[in-house]
Amino acid sequence: MSVSDTIVSDFVNNKVEFITTVPCKQLADVIDKIDKCAEIQHIPSNKEDEGMGLCAGAFMGGKRSAIMMQNTAIGVTINTLVTLTQFYRMPLPMLISYRGEVGEPVACQVEMAVHTKALLEQLKIPTYHFHRESDVKEFDGILKHTFMSKKPVAILTDASFWNGY
Amino acid sequence: MRRYDIFKKIVPIIKNHFVVCNIGLPSQELHYLDDQPTNFYMLGTMGLASSIGLGLALVQKQKIISIDGDGSVLTNFGTLPTIANNIANNFILLIIDNGSYGSTGDQPTYAGKKTSLSEVARACGCENVVECSSEDTAKVLKKAITSNQMTIIVSKCQSGNVKVPVIDIDPVVIKHRFMTELIRKNLENSD
Repeated sequence: MSVSDTIVSDFVNNKVEFITTVPCKQLADVIDKIDKCAEIQHIPSNKEDEGMGLCAGAFMGGKRSAIMMQNTAIGVTINTLVTLTQFYRMPLPMLISYRGEVGEPVACQVEMAVHTKALLEQLKIPTYHFHRESDVKEFDGILKHTFMSKKPVAILTDASFWNGY
Repeated sequence: MRRYDIFKKIVPIIKNHFVVCNIGLPSQELHYLDDQPTNFYMLGTMGLASSIGLGLALVQKQKIISIDGDGSVLTNFGTLPTIANNIANNFILLIIDNGSYGSTGDQPTYAGKKTSLSEVARACGCENVVECSSEDTAKVLKKAITSNQMTIIVSKCQSGNVKVPVIDIDPVVIKHRFMTELIRKNLENSD
């Protein structure tokens, strides 16, 4: 089973039925599979804070929701994470493409990569880093942990995890 | 008419519906006029009332009314294409367009100048967009509720606020009572 297939099947098994995405090349395959998955409503958003608003609504409407985005989005979404997701205590798995790590061809991505973990730590967001393909086996447990704790949780997935950029 | 005067007119219409209300004075004025468990007050996060409302409308059957402002729509313009391309006929977006950032001291917005939010919404692909005067807002909203079609209402009104207290309800309580009421209503309807 590919990492993308495992991720989609873990979402489905954990009853995540609403996913919003802002695309990244590294996430392209899993976004495509989410879009084709009958059990998941996929609503692409234009900006990640908008996506977190959609997720908050879907969650309050009774559906578990999740967002997929690039790590550059952390800069865009700090206010939303703090004043909506955390303040109202809502669970939000964030599957994040961790651009700017080893294997990255675009220098500018490194500029945000060096701040990513520090920002997440400052926000007290539980953060997991998938570097090897086998790390995907943690995903099911992380989803369960997210909905148990009612917190936003970050899963950083780097180029090595996706087997190259 | 100011936003507060519109609220006074629409409170009897929206009190039995689920409402997501914009940050700052809009939420405070609604809370002061008619606090209901079916009101979700945004205590922070400017711009996301329409996104939260759409997310709610897309996953369940109850009618959702997002009350937004022109300044907040301007800050989250990306919401309009998302609304247009993901039709939820149980969703109404009511934009109270007073041409100003009311909660921060009535600084003018571009919506009060050359930018028409109703034209922008149409250009984004929204199909039922109604621009109306503040006096007609209650009538237009009533019609939108009975039409069962996703509708964007742009209500043009005067700027200005009323002095009301800040909302002292814990955010988790706001969320909990809203969700409890939504679950109850959806179960009631499925009987």
